[in-house]
Amino acid sequence: MYSQGLIGADGRTEESPEFLEAFQRRIDAEEKIEPKDPMPAGYRRTLVRQIGQHAHSEIVGMLPEGNWITRAPTLKRKAALLAKVQDEGGHGLYLYAAAETLGVSREEMTEELLAGKAKYSSIFNYPTLSWADIGAIGWLVDGAAIMNQIPLCRCSYGPYSRAMIRICKEESFHQRQGYEIMLTLCRGTPEQKAMAQDALNRWWWPSLMMFGPHDKDSAHTEQSMKWKIKRFTNDQLRQKFIDATVPQAEFLGLTIPDPELRWNPDKNDGRGGYDHGPIDWDEFWRVVKGHGRMNRDRLAARRKAHDEGAWVREAALAHARKRKARAMAAE
Amino acid sequence: MTDQLFDALIELADDNLVLGHRLSEWCGHAPMLEEDLALANLALDLVGTARALYSLAAEVEGKGRTEDDLAYLRVEREYRNLLLVERPNGDFGHTILRQFYFAAFMEPFWSAAAAGSSDARIRAIAAKAAKEMAYHLRHSGEWVVRLGDGTDESHRRMVAAVDALHHYTDELFVASPAAEAMAGAGVLPRREAMRAEWDRLVGQVLAEAGLTAPDVPWPQIGGREGLHGEELGHMLAEMQYLQRAYPGATW
Ligand SMILES: [Fe+2]
Ligand SMILES: [Fe+2]
Repeated sequence: MYSQGLIGADGRTEESPEFLEAFQRRIDAEEKIEPKDPMPAGYRRTLVRQIGQHAHSEIVGMLPEGNWITRAPTLKRKAALLAKVQDEGGHGLYLYAAAETLGVSREEMTEELLAGKAKYSSIFNYPTLSWADIGAIGWLVDGAAIMNQIPLCRCSYGPYSRAMIRICKEESFHQRQGYEIMLTLCRGTPEQKAMAQDALNRWWWPSLMMFGPHDKDSAHTEQSMKWKIKRFTNDQLRQKFIDATVPQAEFLGLTIPDPELRWNPDKNDGRGGYDHGPIDWDEFWRVVKGHGRMNRDRLAARRKAHDEGAWVREAALAHARKRKARAMAAE
Repeated sequence: MTDQLFDALIELADDNLVLGHRLSEWCGHAPMLEEDLALANLALDLVGTARALYSLAAEVEGKGRTEDDLAYLRVEREYRNLLLVERPNGDFGHTILRQFYFAAFMEPFWSAAAAGSSDARIRAIAAKAAKEMAYHLRHSGEWVVRLGDGTDESHRRMVAAVDALHHYTDELFVASPAAEAMAGAGVLPRREAMRAEWDRLVGQVLAEAGLTAPDVPWPQIGGREGLHGEELGHMLAEMQYLQRAYPGATW
């Protein structure tokens, strides 16, 4: 997973007009920008921030689903969930590596996360309260992530776009797996179906918020689109997600928790699409600013792992140094 | 014969599941991202082997039970795993040492089974597991050396881990009546026959790590009779919760 509409990116840049024009010509020609290429400072800063937020989201995203690994209901589900959460860790690893090509280290990015300065996708500040949440996250959260990320496979920055191609394949597998969990629950006992509906009720709106603020309130979208870091606006992606997801919910026999949701034949240039009710942006900003149910717990868990692992990392370094010294002494 | 094969398979399956479950508890909390991925890999290997063994046990039993019935619907007194594998994770050093002790037994055990079991189904499971265990052994052995040799603190923690876990290792070589019968029939290797190789592997790695195996005046043994420590019950309560709360549901 999981880029959320980028928050707080600052694309301001101070290069000469000639430099910026030359850069823009490369972008417009769909050339990939590679790590050693000249690039505007604002482009670099926007990417560092976006890739960093994305990497942190993968890592923090391991926690809510990790919460059910030890309680997965069958051995097959246990193995699949463990593999999925492991994939998310792998995504974090590729993305940190992609960000490192822009001159920022994983350690620095981790410090920012642990200090509470770096953002990650707010969806992970909601708790997983039942097994159905594992289905709902795969279906909706990985599903929303795919909508966000497929265009990123064509992002102008080479290392990011290549990381995304690899990641998107795994995300679509996660999405199908999550949907299949929901389908099994919906065809199960009434209690299981109620569990699935409850999960949809809790995850639907936060999933829509994953695409970020409405375009009219999204300050930095325009520059990111011009640089082809972003290819679609937040609202365009959100609409695609809703249009794809509503029929899937119908197939499950579940109700989307939005009384204003209606098919509108005039939407999407006459191809039709769904109108939806208002998104509670107060809630969104409250959670982004650290006041969701799980914000503190998520950071505390990351800090605990980091602090309790310090002796291991130090020992590995110390041992490597000693080995080198011993090898040199033996020569 | 069938009952004893079933029992012997359950013992091995329980070892793999319980240890795999323990490792899975690390997911998202390991000391570094690379180890988070590595521990998940080890856990996946073990859960995979457990599934193959439970499925075979269910087939051998022939009563229509499934791998999940065997994993989720037995209580702690019916679990037959080694005490070593149910030990709580403790710090990363404890987890790694527990893995090393286990892999130093299972790698030669599965290799012998892959080469010599009279049962083709067991040879197939063993061949896959032997390869995986060779990796577990290398990965955990390297970490035991790194941590034993690394800093004063890591050394101190590894001394504590050896002290906490070594007295569970004799049980690796104990054969239940079922395991004894299967060894006699050539279906599974004799557990006691792994002793020399285990001593060699463990002796070598501990020496390289600057650690010493303590004398064990009274080894802890009992898992094969379902006589566990107190932690296993909690682990199973967590693991089996959904199956117990919603009997008969399909997941
Ligand atoms: Fe991911
Ligand atoms: Fe995913």
